[in-house]
Amino acid sequence: MVNLRNLKKGSRLADRDTSYRKKRLDRGIKVRADTLFAISSHREIFYLLLPRVVPVVALLVLPLLLTGYWGKVLVFACMYGLLALSWDFLASCGLFSLGQALFFGFGAYVAGILSYYLHWTPAITLPIATLVGGLLSAAFLCPVVRLRGVYFAMVTLMLPMLLMKMIETTELVGGGHGLSALAPFHNEWIARYLAVVAFLACLFGFRRLINEDYGLVLKAIRDDDRAVMSAAINIYWRKIQALFIAGAVGSFAGAFMTHHYQFVGMSAFALDYSILPIAAAALGGPGTFAGAALGSMILVPLSESLRALGGLRIALYCIILIASVIVLPEGIFHYMERKYHQFEKLVKVG
Amino acid sequence: MSTLIYGTITSIVLALYTIGFSLTYGISGLANFAHGALYILSGFVAWSFLNQAGLPFFLSAILAILISGLIGFAFYWGLLLRIRGIALSELIVTFAAGITILELLMWKGFYGIQYSLPLFLRGGVEIKGVAVDYQRLFVVGTGILLVILLWLFVHHTKIGLAFRGIAQNERTALSLGIESDWIGALSLAFGSALAAVAAMVILPMGIMESAIGYNVLIYALSVAIVGGLESTSGMIVASFIIGFGQVITAKYIGARWMIIVPLSAIILVLAIRPSGLFGKFKELEERV
Repeated sequence: MVNLRNLKKGSRLADRDTSYRKKRLDRGIKVRADTLFAISSHREIFYLLLPRVVPVVALLVLPLLLTGYWGKVLVFACMYGLLALSWDFLASCGLFSLGQALFFGFGAYVAGILSYYLHWTPAITLPIATLVGGLLSAAFLCPVVRLRGVYFAMVTLMLPMLLMKMIETTELVGGGHGLSALAPFHNEWIARYLAVVAFLACLFGFRRLINEDYGLVLKAIRDDDRAVMSAAINIYWRKIQALFIAGAVGSFAGAFMTHHYQFVGMSAFALDYSILPIAAAALGGPGTFAGAALGSMILVPLSESLRALGGLRIALYCIILIASVIVLPEGIFHYMERKYHQFEKLVKVG
Repeated sequence: MSTLIYGTITSIVLALYTIGFSLTYGISGLANFAHGALYILSGFVAWSFLNQAGLPFFLSAILAILISGLIGFAFYWGLLLRIRGIALSELIVTFAAGITILELLMWKGFYGIQYSLPLFLRGGVEIKGVAVDYQRLFVVGTGILLVILLWLFVHHTKIGLAFRGIAQNERTALSLGIESDWIGALSLAFGSALAAVAAMVILPMGIMESAIGYNVLIYALSVAIVGGLESTSGMIVASFIIGFGQVITAKYIGARWMIIVPLSAIILVLAIRPSGLFGKFKELEERV
C-alpha cells in the first residue's frame, strides 16, 4: 500500500521534471548504538548537541517567560508528560497500560492523606508519596504481571474505575467530597522548577536507562519473553520492578498535582489521566521517550486552549489518538528524527 | 429464595453484557473495548426512533439492533482493518472509539429521567413469595434463548462454520476460501448487534445515561476474564459466579460492597488459573 503510494508520488515528480531525482543520504556520525558516536569535528558535536540542548534550555527558560495562566499550563504539561513517560516505559517492556490514572491516583491520595491527617509539608509528602505510590502500584498489579497485551490492559483499565467506585461507595478517605485545604507549595518558583526539572530528569533518565543493560532486558521481555526466561532471568520480578519505576513516576505527578490544587478527590482516578498520556505517546511516537514528551507538550497546551469545549475534550483526545495510530503510526518524533539525520537533495539524472 | 431468583437474574444480565464481547473475541481475537459504548448508543438510537420519529418500540428496537450491527461492521471495515494484527493499536483504537462515543453522548446531554425505554411487559408475578416483574423474567428468557440460538447458529450454519474455522486457525481457514477480513467484520457486527439486543431488554429497567457504558464494559471484561475470554461455557459459569457473589454480598455485607466482587474474582482467578476458568486454547501464546 505504502509502496504503491510512493511509486505514484515518484511518477508524478518524474512527469514534472524528468532530469532530476531526489537523493537521500544518512549522516554517517552514528557508529553503533544510539549512545555511541564517532565525532571528528565541532560541527558534528554541535549537530548532536542541538536536539538535546534546545528542549532543555527552552524548558528551563519557559517558566521565566510564561506567567499566570500559561505558566500553570506548562506545569500541567510537565505532569502529563511524566505520565506519558511512565506509559512509554511500561510499553517498552511489553506492558500496555490503559490505566495511568491508577499510578496518578495512588500518588495523589498518599500525598493527600499524609497532608490532611498528619499535616506534613510537601517537602516530606512528595518523596514518601512517590515511593509508597510506586510500591502500591507494583503491589496491586503484581498478581497480573503474568498477563500480556490485551489481558494486562483490561485489568489496568478496570482498576482505577473500580477504585474510584470503591472510594465513592465506601466513603473512605474523604469519599466523594475528597480531601481539601491541603498544604500548598511554599514558593511558586520552586514548584515550577521542580515540575520542569523532574520532567527533564525523567526524560533523560529513562532514555539512558532503556539503553543500559537493565533496559535491554526489559526491551527483550517485550520482544520475546521466553528467550529471556531461558536466559535464567526472572521476568516477573523484572516486570514488577518496571511497574515500581513507572508507578513511582506516575505517583510523583499525582502527589505534585495534589499539592498544586491543594485538593485530592475521586477525579484523581479519572479517565483523563489514562487517556491523555496514551494519546501523547501515540502522537509523539512510542518507544523513544522523547516522542511521549513531545506529544504531551503539544497536546496539553492544545487542550487548554480548547477548554471552552468542556467535556468534548476527551472525545477530541480520542480522535487524535485514533488518527495518529492509523495515519501516522510512527509518530511525530520518529519522523522528525529521520528527517534530521538525512540529507535530501535533488540530483541530476544521467 | 429471593437470593436464588435475583442471583439468577443478575447473572443472566451479566451474561447478556458479555455475550457479544466474548463472541467477537472468540472469533477474531479482537477485544472490543467499545462494547459498552455500543450498548448504550443503541439504547439512545432506539429512544430517538421511539420518541423523535414516533415509531413503535418493537420496530425501533429492531432498527437499533440493525444499526448497532452496521456500526460494528463499518468500524471494522473502516478503521480496524488498517491495523489488524497489531494488538496494541487495535486496543487503543477500540478503546478510544468507545470513549469518543460515550463522551459525545454525554456532551449531547443525554441524561435525565425522560431518557428511558418502555417496558415490554408491565406488571409482575410472585414466585414462592418473591415478587418478580415480567420484564426481569423476560430478560432471563431472552438470555437463555440467545445462548441457544447462538449455539445453533455457530454450529449449524455456513457462516457459523466459517466463524469456528477462523477462530481455530486463521491461515488454514484462509486457504480453504474463508475470507478472514469479511468474517472478522461480521464477528464485530454480530458482537455489536448482541450488545444492542442486551441493551433493548435490560435498559427498560432503569434510566439511560452514558456512564452505564463504562459499567457494562467493566462487567463484560470481568466476566470474560474470569471465564476465559473465548469460551462460551466459561462465560456463563463466570457470570453466575459473579452474579450470585454480588447478590449475596449485597444481602449480607451491604450493597455498597458489591463492586468488590468482580475485582476480587478477577484477582483470585488470575492468581490461581491465569487463563480463566474455561479458557484453554491460546493460553500459552497470548496470556502467560
